[in-house]
Amino acid sequence: MAKKTNKKNKTNLERRDLLKGLAGVPVAGFFFLNLWQKIRRDKIKKSNLLSNLVKEKKAPAAVKSLSNSRHLNIGVIGYGGRGGHLVRGAGFATTGWTDKASENARKNKLDKQFETFMTQEDLNCSLIGVSDLFEVRADQGIDASGNETRPGGKPNSSAKKYRRYQDLLANDEIDAVIIATPDHWHAKIVIDAAKAGKHVYCEKGLTRTFDEAVDVYDVVKETGITFQLGHQNRQVEANEKAKQIYRQGLLGPVNLVEIATNRNSPWGAWVWNIHPKGNAKTIDWETFQKPSPNKIPFGEEALKRFFRWRCWYDYGTGLSGDLLSHDFDAINQIMDIGIPKYASSTGGVYFYKDGRDVPDVWNATFEYPDHKDGGLTLLYSATLSSANPRGNRIMGHDATMQMGGQSGGGSIHGFAVTADELSTQYKERLSNGMINPSYPILTYSPGSKDIDGVTSATSKYFANKGLLYTYRDGKRVDPTHLHVKDWLDSIRNGTQPRCNMDVAYHEAVACAMATESYLTGRRVEYDAKNRKLI
Amino acid sequence: MNSLDASIKSNQYQFYGLVTLRFLIGWHFLYEGISKLLNPYWSSAAYLLDSKWIFSGIAKTIVSNPTLLTFSDYINMWGLTLVGVSLLFGIFSRYGALVGMGFIMMYYLFAPPLVGLEYGKPNEGSYIVVNKNLIEACALWVLYAFPTSQYIGIDRFLNNEAKN
Repeated sequence: MAKKTNKKNKTNLERRDLLKGLAGVPVAGFFFLNLWQKIRRDKIKKSNLLSNLVKEKKAPAAVKSLSNSRHLNIGVIGYGGRGGHLVRGAGFATTGWTDKASENARKNKLDKQFETFMTQEDLNCSLIGVSDLFEVRADQGIDASGNETRPGGKPNSSAKKYRRYQDLLANDEIDAVIIATPDHWHAKIVIDAAKAGKHVYCEKGLTRTFDEAVDVYDVVKETGITFQLGHQNRQVEANEKAKQIYRQGLLGPVNLVEIATNRNSPWGAWVWNIHPKGNAKTIDWETFQKPSPNKIPFGEEALKRFFRWRCWYDYGTGLSGDLLSHDFDAINQIMDIGIPKYASSTGGVYFYKDGRDVPDVWNATFEYPDHKDGGLTLLYSATLSSANPRGNRIMGHDATMQMGGQSGGGSIHGFAVTADELSTQYKERLSNGMINPSYPILTYSPGSKDIDGVTSATSKYFANKGLLYTYRDGKRVDPTHLHVKDWLDSIRNGTQPRCNMDVAYHEAVACAMATESYLTGRRVEYDAKNRKLI
Repeated sequence: MNSLDASIKSNQYQFYGLVTLRFLIGWHFLYEGISKLLNPYWSSAAYLLDSKWIFSGIAKTIVSNPTLLTFSDYINMWGLTLVGVSLLFGIFSRYGALVGMGFIMMYYLFAPPLVGLEYGKPNEGSYIVVNKNLIEACALWVLYAFPTSQYIGIDRFLNNEAKN
């Protein structure tokens, strides 16, 4: 009997032992049940939003050179701040720049500017001609052409300096030119270059006036040169992703798009440094002001105008050609909106009372009554006295795409798509809780491998953070480099680059219409048939 | 420590309170780890980039070096998962608690809510000096000091003396 009890006790003990030892198992079971439910729910969510709707989720592949074999000789006309950046995109930086960038990288491990430049693809070209009306800048261009610190190693040759750009164009060895002069010279130089058979990369805005844009368009088309306008946003992955989403109808019909520029610094308002070496001897002022409607003699005012030319309509178009042009082109890239039917704009010089005549607060409205969604208004709003991060918004009936949060800083942003709570397309998913209108249904952050179908505040935060780089196959690259590369590849392969003459013309006409409206105080209409502004 | 263990064991409220705490923290670690393992885009970079205070230099070094960053990602993903398994199932739970405490203290020290430090990422609560990380680390210290897995957990089978 005693033996039996013992045995029973022992079995009880063993069972108790086992239960206590494995007490974590039911808790783990509950855990995995919840995990399984969560995974299943996320999967349904993603298949609803991503697989069905975003058909091509993957990042665009790296731009492959179809033929990189033909060596090209390039020249640069206008080696200022932007010209310097473009030439770096082609693989040539001044020794001053490479020294400073490598020192910055040593000081701050997160500063990847130098590394990004040095790991740029060697574009198999030489910089053999530099032309600038300011001696100091021309010399910097020559220095850059021979700098051995570059991707691809020692350059083949050093550039020749030209005071007159016509002489540079007369050099038969030059295949292609980068034009980064102030806007008032663009048309004349592009036309001369095209007629001389040179392929052209021209900085934005395309031209100062509407008539010049028409002339440039005609000559580029007639001569058949490879033309690229300097909107490097065409290479930015986030814009390509946004285009896929818009095309697949995730936003529903779009009738209003809001784009904005907010800057709040003298530099951002084009109050740039007057170079201490700038004087009557080092600057060819007469040539500089040749195409401008109003002429002034060389002196203090001229110096100001030479270095801060964006502040006057004589040389540029202010916010229109400098910043509206970028955002307009980005929307044209995403939505293919083309040239508007009407444009009107208002504004004024409200903050920078420094003698400029271009407005520092400026708003423009573009109407597309024939847009496929029934009609579209594109609203541009800019101020140079507030850095409020408005970003750009494409507002659809079913969802809104918010692009970036910091505008006008030259940064690249991701985007967040948030469903509209009264959407028709998402009605069912909104009512069954599959979509929460308080959080984005899709986000894309610069640098991430893919569009993510997430709904959290954190992802929204990261999508709004800006970066100066775009990504190709996970590698960080400067979009300006990609844009120059796209142009050189197109020259070699006889293809059209991403910001070719057709889309460049859209940008030029839209900006010219808005400028014209501001200057005349009336609504401007584009007569597409006769290519005229009414 | 044995006498302390025994006294804890004799008070059911205290004992099961500790076991529950172990399960809850184990659950939390396990999900933190698994959710990172399941997300192919997760990286510790975002957290490290926002690092402030004495370890921000180390954080930047890790982010700027792809090998170190990959290493940091794996350590976090698998470390959290294993600590979770250890606490939940009661396998080597004292070590689990210790390692877990190390992880959480590291998260705390890389981004402590000290006066004057501001973070880009929004907080889900209000913290000054003390945040949930510090509290969880402290709770793990308690679990280390008052182990329960030799009674409730797989450790029971590994440690014959502590039965009953």
